[in-house]
Amino acid sequence: MKAIDEPRIVPTSVSRADGRIAGTISGDVDEPAPKRYGRGLFLATVAGGLSSLVWGKTVWSGLSSAVPSVPLVPSGWRIYTVAATMPRFDRRTWRLEVGGLVGEPMTLDYDALRALPRTEEERDFHCVTGWSVSNVHWGGVRLSDLLERVQPGLGAHAVRFTSAEIPYVDDLTLDQAKLSDVLLAYEMDGKPLPREHGAPVRLVMPRMYGYKSVKWVARVDLVARPHPGFWELRGYDPDAWLP
Amino acid sequence: MSYVVRFTRTERVLHWVNAAFFLHLTATGLILYVPRLSELVGRRPLLKNLHFWGGIGWVCALALVFLLGDTRRLVRVARELEVLRDDRFDVGQKLNAIVQAAFVVLFLVSGVLLWLGERDTSFRFSSTVLLHDGLLYVALVLFVGHLYLAVVHPATRHALRGMALGTVEEEWARRRHPEWEAPPARGGNALPKDAVRT
Repeated sequence: MKAIDEPRIVPTSVSRADGRIAGTISGDVDEPAPKRYGRGLFLATVAGGLSSLVWGKTVWSGLSSAVPSVPLVPSGWRIYTVAATMPRFDRRTWRLEVGGLVGEPMTLDYDALRALPRTEEERDFHCVTGWSVSNVHWGGVRLSDLLERVQPGLGAHAVRFTSAEIPYVDDLTLDQAKLSDVLLAYEMDGKPLPREHGAPVRLVMPRMYGYKSVKWVARVDLVARPHPGFWELRGYDPDAWLP
Repeated sequence: MSYVVRFTRTERVLHWVNAAFFLHLTATGLILYVPRLSELVGRRPLLKNLHFWGGIGWVCALALVFLLGDTRRLVRVARELEVLRDDRFDVGQKLNAIVQAAFVVLFLVSGVLLWLGERDTSFRFSSTVLLHDGLLYVALVLFVGHLYLAVVHPATRHALRGMALGTVEEEWARRRHPEWEAPPARGGNALPKDAVRT
């Protein structure tokens, strides 16, 4: 039957105005009820979307391994920056300052940094905004080694990492910073750390969400107590332990 | 040339308020989402604030139009959309409106969850960002199709006049929407007959 065959006079709003719900529309015996699929579609879309919070990740993992990655669209990494432009690494002028409450402050140029004992870590990277990258291969300096060299003072209970990307800064407690898998990484997946990942060196705190792993590290300072970092001043948790 | 009323002022305000926020959220959202744009623009905290408060503003603005405008009229529009047959709107227009309306709810829920999850990671689910991204893709496709039909496609682009000024050519209305009994423009903001009867 085509729609034209329906009596067009059927007042589609009547039942609603009477306060009855769609499923109970009976109408007059000789008038077919109009097909009210709109509300069902609306509710089904909302329900489908909400339920995807449960099944979305599984389905997407299956799909993304079957479909080649598309340029422009994030595949794994997403690049988050807080300043207007990313810092640019100049090997001749770049220095890493390690100071604060220490016995032996240090200033390292890039070659001096690379000359320190090298270590590697392969870990998953988790961003607090929801995405993750599996099996990232980091190469760099164990932070605990570096801290030993500068001899933290008795009053030092936290380490502050200042980024060349002003005003990004973040702190770890000294105990967190001394964990053996915390690195200052200058290599990622076998190559020098790319600019958008914090070249030439970034912190890697693999037990916490990514905002703790400061990119473009320019200063490392031993301080008396931890202060809230850039995102922590905006509501994030200073102790960003992964679950 | 004679004209008929297609949209009342409240309907048009609702449409353009929705459109303005949709564009704002799409622009700020794409900058946050596409790596090239993120790197180019930077300033993530500012963009996040613009995007988050844009989203909150979106639903608040829609609610305000609904409450301060011609509420009964908008309730009738919702009922009109429920019946999937050609009249003032064709079925495609109704499907588009219904799906985009559902997306408002889903964008809001997933967006607030993302915001909460950053502040209390017990609300962080790995599928939330996928839902938010997936909605963006579908909404963009629908939006581009909508733009094409409203601005380019010869058979339908006259409808843009209706959303801008309220009235459309009667001849176009008869040809394009033969099932719609359109009220003449002279009658001011008269309702389409289908919706009028109570």
